Amino acid sequence: MTARNRRQSAWIFLAPMLIVLSLVAAWPLARTLFYSTTNATLIDMADYDFVGLGNYLGYSNGRWYGLLTDPQWLLALRNTLFFAFVSVAIETVLGVAIALLVNARLPGRGLMRAAMLVPWAIPTVVSAKMWAWMLNDQFGIVNDMLLRGGIVEAPLAWLGSAGLAMASMIAVDVWKATPFVAMLVLAALQTLPRDCYEAAQVDGIAPAKLFFRVTLPLIRPVLTVAVIFRLLDAMRMFDLAYVMTGTNDATMTLSVHARQQLVDFQDVGYGSTVSTTLFFMIVLVTALYVAALKPLGRNP
Amino acid sequence: MPTMPRPRLILGLLIVMTLVVPATRAAAAGVRVSIACGALGVELALCREAAEEWAQQTGNSVSIVNTPNSSSDRFSLYVQLLASRSPEIDVLQIDVVWPGMLGSHLLDLGPAFADRVPGMFPALTDNNTVDGRLVAIPWYVDAGVLYYRRDLLEKHGIAPPQSWDEMTRAAGTIQTRERAAGQSGLWGFVFQGKPYEGLTCDALEWIASWGGGSFVDADGDITVNNPLAATALRRAASWIGTIAPRGVLNYDEESARGVFQTGNAVFMRNWPYAWALAQGEDSPVRGRVGVIALPKGGPDGRHAGTLGGWQLAVSRYSRHPQAATDLVRHLTSARIQKMRAIRGAYNPTIMALYHDPEILAANPFFEALLPSFVEAIPRPARQTGAHYNQVSAAIWRTVHAVLSGSTDAPEGLEQLQQSLDRIRHRARW
Repeated sequence: MTARNRRQSAWIFLAPMLIVLSLVAAWPLARTLFYSTTNATLIDMADYDFVGLGNYLGYSNGRWYGLLTDPQWLLALRNTLFFAFVSVAIETVLGVAIALLVNARLPGRGLMRAAMLVPWAIPTVVSAKMWAWMLNDQFGIVNDMLLRGGIVEAPLAWLGSAGLAMASMIAVDVWKATPFVAMLVLAALQTLPRDCYEAAQVDGIAPAKLFFRVTLPLIRPVLTVAVIFRLLDAMRMFDLAYVMTGTNDATMTLSVHARQQLVDFQDVGYGSTVSTTLFFMIVLVTALYVAALKPLGRNP
Repeated sequence: MPTMPRPRLILGLLIVMTLVVPATRAAAAGVRVSIACGALGVELALCREAAEEWAQQTGNSVSIVNTPNSSSDRFSLYVQLLASRSPEIDVLQIDVVWPGMLGSHLLDLGPAFADRVPGMFPALTDNNTVDGRLVAIPWYVDAGVLYYRRDLLEKHGIAPPQSWDEMTRAAGTIQTRERAAGQSGLWGFVFQGKPYEGLTCDALEWIASWGGGSFVDADGDITVNNPLAATALRRAASWIGTIAPRGVLNYDEESARGVFQTGNAVFMRNWPYAWALAQGEDSPVRGRVGVIALPKGGPDGRHAGTLGGWQLAVSRYSRHPQAATDLVRHLTSARIQKMRAIRGAYNPTIMALYHDPEILAANPFFEALLPSFVEAIPRPARQTGAHYNQVSAAIWRTVHAVLSGSTDAPEGLEQLQQSLDRIRHRARW
């Protein structure tokens, strides 16, 4: 087979995927980009004017306007970044710790590994609703346990107070996503070469030093993948916030904000602008991911 | 043609579909009409029963489309269906604040209902008229009312409150005494404090009851930034953590009803639907509940309940507009409205039914509360039209901030005035 033939058949094999991707990803994306330069509304999608980049940032009558000056958008941005960084940081630390634990030769670790996956397997909408009931201030089991244990004197409004609502949301996300990190890390731990550890044992290296000097560098590629995947997920988080607290300012993420503009306010132009900026933020994180993996790939 | 815009593509598909299925259109009898009404419980059962009765009488068939229970989720479903010109749902049950936002997708029912309109609440038919087109027929009317625990008020020798001051005092007294007597989980008052449409309704009642207007006046001018509105909001903020649990800041109608119906609250602000449920066989507070008009504000205040209620509309993209209109006529007829009032406590939109002895026997509070329904205060949906949801979101955001204590009432109202000015400037109402 000539090189040209091989290239040709490669394209033929790739074609179905390219066609499907362009239909389900590229086309909607292009339309979202397009609508973000218009003032289209859902009342009549065919009736719109071009506003250029005015939805992003504009200046008229001595005043800046547009997305980048919108306090609601800035609030949603701050909430999203805060949520993403805090929840992913906790998930990473906990995930590694749990993976080390279930990697140890303990009795019942098979059961432990299976049970670990339960939170990850439940659909987020279901677990969000479930946690909303458990965190209910009057009937919730969480308040009931805290009251019985004498830890709090009066029931806490987990989803009612601003700070607690964000904390609850992070806690539920940690509950749900830690197993994902733990599973990836566990898989990496099981491929580690035993001889390193045997040598360390002979030399009498302290366990903490062993972890930071041997284990952590060896699992770093997998950990990077896990963290970036979690970051991507957390940046576009919608279901937890929407189900647990609705359109509350304290927990409004960029995705909830985009939905409110697009659907509740029927403002396709502005809503598309919110979605487009979120898309570019995710592109940025993905670029970091690719950049972070490059050196690792060269030196396996 | 990959660059063909989507609306035209969908229109093209629609045209193809109408060409393919002309047979069903030609046969007047025997069409299938789909209706979205209610999501669960007695509401869904009553709608199904009445719709199937129509199907039997006319030889057509109906299918009930399941919709989400939360009204904002229902709104998003409708918006997505209607914006894509879907013929999926023929008859839609829509909220009283939606005609302005969905009107362009709905049929003008004025001609078909000319005989019925004079007997209905004028406030509702006015509300449903968008640019001279009657886009929806009022099905049942709602107004915010105050529920109270009759047994607890009698036990402590307190009369049903007429003003917010009296309500606050009564709630505080009963809460303190009953907690001392062992009911540690009792609260004085629950309402809808979650940042969503329900909070806009509650806030309108507080502000209007003090004489602070209704955010935007009939001419579309923004009136919210006034001292009476500030008084009303300050009073409401003082309830949080004292007579109302802090969790009320995440309560919708059903969360509030959950607390009240399990016997854990003295007073509750809710819609009339909660009456039939509180009096249900399995209700712990059955026979111990009273309903009155919401309290007045200060000495010059008034009883103010927010106008609510649901309408039936026909989609412009329906393939059977005639049959769908006929179904709406059946469902909004006096006979069906009476059945729904007796079995589900749904307030009729036909005024004459408020003197019907059978309806009053089932709902003794209907007659006493008739003024609340007639004088119910509309949200500023007519003036703000397609931008109502934006206006309402600005309102609930501010009120929620004042209730949670992150801003004080005058400052919050100042910011609200500015937000509403901005929306008005863009919307040009």
